[in-house]
Amino acid sequence: MKIWVPMDSAAKALGADDVARAIAREAAVRGLDVQIIRNGTRGMIWLEPLVEVDAGEGRIGYGAVTPADVPALLDGRLNSLGPVDMLDWMRRQTRLTFARCGVIDPLDLDDYQAHGGLAGLRRAIAMSQAEIVKEVFDSGLRGRGGAGFPTGIKWRTVSDAVADQKYIVCNADEGDSGTFADRMIMEGDPFTLIEGMAIAGLGVGATRGYVYLRSEYPDAIRVMEAAVVIARQRGMLGPDVLGSGRAFDMQIRTGAGAYVCGEETSLLNSLEGKRGTVRAKPPLPALEGFMGKPTVVNNVISLATVPVIFEKGAQHYADFGLGRSRGTVTLQIAGNVRHGGLFETAFGMTLGEVVNDIGGGTLSGHPVKAVQVGGPLGAYMPVSKFDTPMGYEEFDQKGGLIGHAGLVVFDDTADMLQMARFAMEFCAVESCGKCTPCRIGAVRGVETIDRIANGDPGAAALLTDLCETMKDGSLCALGGFTPYPVMSALTQFPDDFATHKEAAE
Amino acid sequence: MVRPFMGLEGPLLPMLHAIQEVWGHVPQAAVPVLADLLNLGRAEVHGVISFYHDFRDHPAGKRVLKICRAEACQAVGGTGVAQAVLDRLGVDWHGTTPDGAVTVEPVYCLGLCACGPAAMLDGRVIGRIDADRIAAELGVSA
Repeated sequence: MKIWVPMDSAAKALGADDVARAIAREAAVRGLDVQIIRNGTRGMIWLEPLVEVDAGEGRIGYGAVTPADVPALLDGRLNSLGPVDMLDWMRRQTRLTFARCGVIDPLDLDDYQAHGGLAGLRRAIAMSQAEIVKEVFDSGLRGRGGAGFPTGIKWRTVSDAVADQKYIVCNADEGDSGTFADRMIMEGDPFTLIEGMAIAGLGVGATRGYVYLRSEYPDAIRVMEAAVVIARQRGMLGPDVLGSGRAFDMQIRTGAGAYVCGEETSLLNSLEGKRGTVRAKPPLPALEGFMGKPTVVNNVISLATVPVIFEKGAQHYADFGLGRSRGTVTLQIAGNVRHGGLFETAFGMTLGEVVNDIGGGTLSGHPVKAVQVGGPLGAYMPVSKFDTPMGYEEFDQKGGLIGHAGLVVFDDTADMLQMARFAMEFCAVESCGKCTPCRIGAVRGVETIDRIANGDPGAAALLTDLCETMKDGSLCALGGFTPYPVMSALTQFPDDFATHKEAAE
Repeated sequence: MVRPFMGLEGPLLPMLHAIQEVWGHVPQAAVPVLADLLNLGRAEVHGVISFYHDFRDHPAGKRVLKICRAEACQAVGGTGVAQAVLDRLGVDWHGTTPDGAVTVEPVYCLGLCACGPAAMLDGRVIGRIDADRIAAELGVSA
């Protein structure tokens, strides 16, 4: 009998390790022949720890399991969810990037290959540099970290650059609240990221890669480091990648708790061992990146999606999506929501469908008040904008941004003035200090919102003006996008700002 | 301790992590050593250490509790839970209890946004926390 118990952080945070220990203990007592596999998560976080049992009739799910449930689980008396692949949440998805996540043993390279792994890299090895770059371009893949820049164009720039050394840098500094897709794939299917980076290396002529992984993710760091060692032992990395005669190797580097290092130029400075301050662009990192050399800086999900593009072909990927947003979006549904987790689907589903239909509305049962999409720098979307389709341009037209596709749901108890204040406070704490609109503006922003709270009638106009300055004058998205949550709160939820004023009067 | 990292490209952060791993903080005495090794000014090394939230200039308590303050945890009552924990321990953010048992730090997102409010105790993640759960984990009476 095979039993899967996730080792994903979210599952562990909800007691998966205790459940795994209880199963091992109980099985030993009963003298049962049980193989316990620690997999990634399927993404149904409200069901974690989600235990799957295969006694010869496929993988049957049980969740959320507690250690006290284990005797009943092994007796076959525990109520099951049925076959996991047949659950509504799973059947409604188009799992391309996350096809293997939760299915395989994350550190079993044979299991990985048995589920389509390395097919993409093998195909890329047979292609020229130009063909690899064209394949990515044709897939329509855009940067999943938030900016949505076409990945193929970035790769072409690096590929065309002439240098003695080029680099692939993976941005795994997933600091945005409401996002956990990077963490999930690194913990649940690390080889797909390594494979994507190896393909990127072949495509642009880079032989070295780095994953800049935030220190807040110790579990992901452990899994990625172990995966790199295995990949090297098995010839997936090293001087002769899968016998291609071409070299690519990589290291995992740990961040040090600075949110701004998720910005690509700060990240590069940090990787070089400097303060994580933002660099002015140009020069683009594609031309002068890590150590001043041409560098591809891509988000985890962008790189982890590359293998499936090469496995199934660019056209297969591009056939999904909406408008200029091609392929799938890895939605992370979070906050005050009944069914939180990761849901991968073609671009195009509306925000309301995601929150109410997929997410099941709020956890508290109260009405939804706002959904912050795209992390701490994303706009608060009111229910009146629930018809907005998930797409880069579609969100932009509604004054929002998709970002890394994290959605944080708030119920009607949320105080939007406090949320706006928090956005400014966060910007002040995390500002790298290089440019004035961000460094000073964020501090003044907190003060100005406090003035609104105290009933100052002129403060709202001042806040609007300050936000304009931050938007136009900041070097990077931290100062430049903090106005999104602040202004969306102010304009979409004026009552929360007026109430304070009237109360003061 | 840091010599194995000399061959790396950009070795300073790995060195600082290694020092903090062993000492629990980055002692002032490490600054000139690192500056010499890497051919940097002492001010530059100090500037790097002080930039990052992770590096401490003095030891933390025996246990380090990080509580998420970010939006997704706020949406499920994280602010109130965090305040209750701080009140119970009698410390403010970044504070250490007088007996040196616990240091409480804010963290902005642990990637546990669908099972918040979230915390991390000595590197171990805990989801759906409340003040009683944290007190039990810390072994302090309610």
